[in-house]
Amino acid sequence: MLRRLHHTQPDAFTFTPANLAWAQGQITKYPEGRQASAVIPLLWRAQEQEGWISRPALESVADMLSMDYIRVLEVASFYFMFQLQPVGSVAHIQVCGTTSCMICGAEDLMAVCQQKIAAKPHDLSVDGRFSWEEVECLGSCSNAPMAQIGKDYYEDLTAKRFGEILDELAAGRVPIPGPQNGRYAAEPVKGLTSLTEYDSGRTQYNASVQAAVDIGDTIKRIDGTEVPLVMPWLNGRKKAAATPVKAKTTKPKQPKATKPTKPKATVTAKVSPADGQPAGLSAARDSGADDLKMIKGVGPKLENLLNSMGYFHFDQIADWRANDVAWVDENLKGFKGRVSRDNWVDQARSLARGEETAFSKKAAKDGIYDK
Amino acid sequence: MLEDQDRIFTNLYGMHDRTLKGARARGHWDGTAGIIQKGRDWIIQAMKDSGLRGRGGAGFPTGLKWSFMPKESDGRPAYLVINADESEPATCKDREIMRHDPHTMIEGALIASFAMNAHTSYIYIRGEYIREREALQAAIDEAYDAGLLGKNAAGSGWDFDLFLHHGAGAYICGEETALLESLEGKKGMPRMKPPFPAGAGLYGCPTTVNNVESIAVVPTILRRGPEWFSSFGRPNNVGTKLFAITGHVNTPCVFEEAMSMPVRELIDKHGGGVRGGWDNLKALIPGGASCPVLPRDALEGAIMDFDWMRENKSSFGTGCMIVMDQNTDVIKAIWRLAKFFKHESCGQCTPCREGTGWMMRVMDRLVTGEAEVEEIDMLLDVTKQIEGHTICALGDAAAWPIQGLIRHFRDEIEDRIKYKKTGRVSAVAAE
Repeated sequence: MLRRLHHTQPDAFTFTPANLAWAQGQITKYPEGRQASAVIPLLWRAQEQEGWISRPALESVADMLSMDYIRVLEVASFYFMFQLQPVGSVAHIQVCGTTSCMICGAEDLMAVCQQKIAAKPHDLSVDGRFSWEEVECLGSCSNAPMAQIGKDYYEDLTAKRFGEILDELAAGRVPIPGPQNGRYAAEPVKGLTSLTEYDSGRTQYNASVQAAVDIGDTIKRIDGTEVPLVMPWLNGRKKAAATPVKAKTTKPKQPKATKPTKPKATVTAKVSPADGQPAGLSAARDSGADDLKMIKGVGPKLENLLNSMGYFHFDQIADWRANDVAWVDENLKGFKGRVSRDNWVDQARSLARGEETAFSKKAAKDGIYDK
Repeated sequence: MLEDQDRIFTNLYGMHDRTLKGARARGHWDGTAGIIQKGRDWIIQAMKDSGLRGRGGAGFPTGLKWSFMPKESDGRPAYLVINADESEPATCKDREIMRHDPHTMIEGALIASFAMNAHTSYIYIRGEYIREREALQAAIDEAYDAGLLGKNAAGSGWDFDLFLHHGAGAYICGEETALLESLEGKKGMPRMKPPFPAGAGLYGCPTTVNNVESIAVVPTILRRGPEWFSSFGRPNNVGTKLFAITGHVNTPCVFEEAMSMPVRELIDKHGGGVRGGWDNLKALIPGGASCPVLPRDALEGAIMDFDWMRENKSSFGTGCMIVMDQNTDVIKAIWRLAKFFKHESCGQCTPCREGTGWMMRVMDRLVTGEAEVEEIDMLLDVTKQIEGHTICALGDAAAWPIQGLIRHFRDEIEDRIKYKKTGRVSAVAAE
């Protein structure tokens, strides 16, 4: 099946420090000179971090593994789990539609997606927070019908329950994954027909759900600090134990030299935030407000609106996480969904680093906002 | 009926302690070093004697497969690769092993690797099984900590590393040579055979690819003896096996049972019976998407094993069945499988790349009835031209379900076409 890279690409990609350490650890699983074997795990971690595979991500993975770009593109376009276009900022829903699920009601689940998210698979919802697709068998067939949301399987679904799950996600909550009909795992729902002699009481959840509940990263964008990094095959854990600590102290990439006054900590005059609103400032810093119009998709009107909400600087927007984006998407009066639609955060990251984006270059050159 | 004490996967549902401590309490990792000390030939002979056939679908004798590995290394390392790319539609059995009883497989990996002279083993798990990957990796880490993996693994004197690798959503990577390509960081396109993996597999080195379940049952077979294992089931079909029942039954589930049980007994006992009773059964796909469908009439007295299914023009596959009741549109059910194979064809061989799409488009029309009766035979003819003309078995797998449908449900297809043309329903379809 022909799959291409998305028409709009971010300018850069960098693994977070913890993800980078993880990625370098993965490469040690393979013999000398065979590091290309790690391409799928690395691409996958890039997607976990960003939500989809962009061209810069692909090239950065290729460089790490000394592979030709075309070889990595071949891999990214061959394997269907790699999303080559932006997905919903909160969650991408994958409904299994193959025969076992189909005859148990998967088509009803997809109707729910069409009604609540978008008519067509891979399209973003109006607010940009959700997207969905039909996928081939996910291997949870005795718990049909089911859907994968983020890292987790939601099983034994009905259209009603599935609708509720989507509503909860939209409200910022993550429902407990696993079977939704009271079942523990893949045993008969009416009681055990085997292994009754071994009953020893049970832990609260099956292994998959327990991990989801313990780590709490079902729909999180993964930055590598969720779980400690362990690589026991590297003879003992001395090296590995040091890594997570390091990962925690070195917070994800921030401008170093270009912006010496790192202002985020000095939110002295914080605009009293509405519930869930990312922190803002009451006024621009002394250095003066950034020209937010340099972000593609932000015009004079939106700039005013953003200023009124307490956002004056690129680095403020660059710091937004998925849930922040979701909140702003939802609350931009008259401009709902623009943050994720136009990918402000990535643009703002580049601009905050003092780099130019394709759009800002053009805007400055043509003076399109000059009166 | 299998007794609980004869079940290998005693924590299949994960209701008990899933840690190494729990696994040890259930008898795993007991005397592993002793088994390894008995030597390579003893292990392979015991596996041959047990009659274990590969649990991934093709049913190739496991012990025989191991014996193909070179006895002496020519300088190249040997590899065991465990196929955990469980992607055959309706198949969800290995998932339960990996997340709930992972130590069975980890111990099996050590023993099997020793038997084939491998110091390194890779597990290739499908990309969608993210939590299963985490659970399995946690178990592997535990095993390393306890000295069961790594240098002098489990005190056996054998150095052994076990790595978990994952895919990213390609059914074809369940085919062993496509899996090896994928593990080398390429597109999952099957290789021509020969050379077979035992001669030149992963990184050009001798490699054996085994299914998760095939590896996970090894330690218990060796501990309890091959004759114990072969005492279940009919000759040539022996052992215990994980089954799954999916679709229109009252209690779909995964369970371990003896081979060669009557299909109806399995469905009634574990599946809680067909929804609406046995008479409401319309059709059954016995072991995953590539197995031809069987109608109820053909299932009277059906035995769930390799030989019975082969004699009745179907296939045992992975032992994970799809049950369809009378309300099911069986043509559409098979159309969905045709769509699956079209989606998953890797595109390397022309008959499969073009043929799977072609078959799906004809099936589109058969589902709505907007077709000519002659097209049924034409479709059958196309399936024969795909079957056997591709590098791997995906072409065959795509052809068989459609052949099975036409073999058993031709009346229903014809009736639908006639109904579309005339608006009249014949007596056969008046249900």
